[in-house]
Amino acid sequence: MMDNLLFIVLPYIAVTLFVVVSIYRYITDKFSYSSLSSQLLESDELFYGVVPWHIGIIGALTGHLIGFLFPKEVLWFNGVPVRLYILETTGLVFGLLALIGIVALMWRRIRVPRIRSVTSTVDTIVLVLLFAQVVLGVYTALFYRWGSSWYAASAVPYLRSLLFFQPDIEMVKPLPHIIKTHIINAFLIIAIFPFSRLVHMVSLPIEYLWRPYQVVIWNWNRKKIRGQYSLSNAKEDSELNVIGR
Amino acid sequence: MDVRLQVSMVFHLDKCIGCHTCSIACKNVWTDRKGAEYMWWNNVETKPGTGYPTKWEDQSKYNGGWEKKGNGKPELKMGNRASRLINIFHNPSLPKMDDYYEPFTYKYEDLFDSPEGADQPTARPISMVTGKFMDIEAGPNWDDDLGGSPVYAENDPNFEGLSPEEQQELFDVERLVFFYLPRICNHCLNPACVAACPSGAIYKRGEDGIVLINQEVCRGWRMCVSACPYKKTYYNWSTGKSEKCILCFPRLETGQAPACFHSCVGRIRYLGGILYDADRLTDALNVDDDKLVEAHRDLILDPRDPVVREKAKENGIDERTLEACERSPVYRYVKEWKMALPLHSEFRTLPMLFYVPPLLPVMAKTENGVYETANDELFSPIEKARLPIKYLASLFSAGNTDQVSYALKKQYAVRLFKRLETVGDVSQEVVDKALAECGMDAAEAEAVYRLTSLPTMDERVVIPPMHREEAMAMLDDDMWEQKGSAGFGFREAPVRGA
Repeated sequence: MMDNLLFIVLPYIAVTLFVVVSIYRYITDKFSYSSLSSQLLESDELFYGVVPWHIGIIGALTGHLIGFLFPKEVLWFNGVPVRLYILETTGLVFGLLALIGIVALMWRRIRVPRIRSVTSTVDTIVLVLLFAQVVLGVYTALFYRWGSSWYAASAVPYLRSLLFFQPDIEMVKPLPHIIKTHIINAFLIIAIFPFSRLVHMVSLPIEYLWRPYQVVIWNWNRKKIRGQYSLSNAKEDSELNVIGR
Repeated sequence: MDVRLQVSMVFHLDKCIGCHTCSIACKNVWTDRKGAEYMWWNNVETKPGTGYPTKWEDQSKYNGGWEKKGNGKPELKMGNRASRLINIFHNPSLPKMDDYYEPFTYKYEDLFDSPEGADQPTARPISMVTGKFMDIEAGPNWDDDLGGSPVYAENDPNFEGLSPEEQQELFDVERLVFFYLPRICNHCLNPACVAACPSGAIYKRGEDGIVLINQEVCRGWRMCVSACPYKKTYYNWSTGKSEKCILCFPRLETGQAPACFHSCVGRIRYLGGILYDADRLTDALNVDDDKLVEAHRDLILDPRDPVVREKAKENGIDERTLEACERSPVYRYVKEWKMALPLHSEFRTLPMLFYVPPLLPVMAKTENGVYETANDELFSPIEKARLPIKYLASLFSAGNTDQVSYALKKQYAVRLFKRLETVGDVSQEVVDKALAECGMDAAEAEAVYRLTSLPTMDERVVIPPMHREEAMAMLDDDMWEQKGSAGFGFREAPVRGA
């Protein structure tokens, strides 16, 4: 029962919130979409937190995504021990980078008064959840060996079963508690995503790489307006005289 | 020829008294809010000095502006596009709050609520960021009038070209000479902030060239702050969005001068329409530093030229706008008279705010503390001015001393011309020589005098009609319905996201 709640109900609620609230927030309150950077207030310590954190978490998430999309290929790749070690080590390095980063960021947020004054409750919850997630992830990588393989073989089928609306939790039931917590915590993060500053992820400005440098916006199409009725010759123009209709 | 309109500005520095009324007007209208307390969209700094934020002109520190490249395509000094995305987590050239100052107020209630005691209660300063007690280490205009110290002047980045002796002579406190430099956003033709914005939130309005940040698109990546070489985009630490001078466009659209222009006590500010050729922008950006001012001026088109008018109308520029451009005081100062120069052209953003360089002090060098007045020309020549031409050239013409000299000589000639007319203690020959030296006739000298000394508000600020009333016509689907039932702009309060 508890398993059903945590591994079926929670994921669907989380993903629904993620999609619906993100879109709703984007439509109704675009202003609130921001990275909410605090670099202006404190820059030096930020560097040692924010850079390793982002490199680490982007690497780790990409790893999870690749496993989710291509489980068979990952298993095949891991068939040769050397390749398995390389993959596992890479994952661990990303995890450790993320861990170092988030510890530095939390430490900065607690210690620097200027940063504390721009910290909201949601920020705190997000930080704690992310910290827990990274610790659980790194612990898993260290003590439940060859996660890249068993993730592809057990967690991925479960996640895919959720995706196709035929939830099958048999594969996750026997997993150790640490790993189960990692999965549940992930869905909690997904659930809080649209309510937090994490939304800055979806506005990654990739189009910057090809858009023209200069942006000019014409608010009104003057040719069109003047083509119809110009103010300069308003007197001869009957169109303007219909304002009162 | 792609004719476009730019609402452009001239600040006459010889008239600026450094009263900061402009700054206060702007602050009260636009930036008196949480997160914006430290922003001065309009600020007045003392020159020589380090300015606001500290040493903003030093691009080896802030990496603002553009750099000329061999391939004919200028690139941002911050680096290419990819580097912007790589540095998106931590922008290495972002100014820190302490480069501006930490905004503060005072705990005034202590003056009333303190228990009775032997000492007078004091209102201790508290930070407007943290709300905690703080020691004030800097504030707005901390270096105003150089604060009685040579430190600020000594650190002015524009002194690089001067010899140590020349510099030392300037820094003796007793001999120190300074002037004021009011600064707002230049609403550049090649804005670096726009180019650096990864989100594409910053744009130039096609109709009038005003550069704006769309607050709903800005994601707080902060690249504009470091890209703007003038440091005129600011990051709001509370809302997580960047903000900048909007040239009071809601006022302009209703025919009113921007707040800083309107409130200017010295009446130093001129505003008017300029027509320019957008097709030739890249040409103007690819010349060497000493040619920049000239190339910049070449972009500006004559609103009386029939060809220009024809092309302008093709681009939808209204007849009445062209009429306003003909009367533009900016056109006269910048193009006709060549007296107003852009600030730091070498940043290559093509700033559209021009400065008439200061001629002061009129009485130049002193001998044993006595001003030397015993020469034919009454005033000592500009070459002997206490403020070195080289220094002014570093500010206003990318090092080209000819441009600055010409602008100063013209002011000087007008002075002599009027002196002869009103006092009569200079000879006609001296005046004629001064006028001839800058190719000016009596009529032009009189016109310069009038627009400099006696302009009315309507002559100083000639706002091209913005035709906002026509914008309604753009709403294709039943505009009359729309007119009565919907407004424009924010529908939600601009509140910080979680």
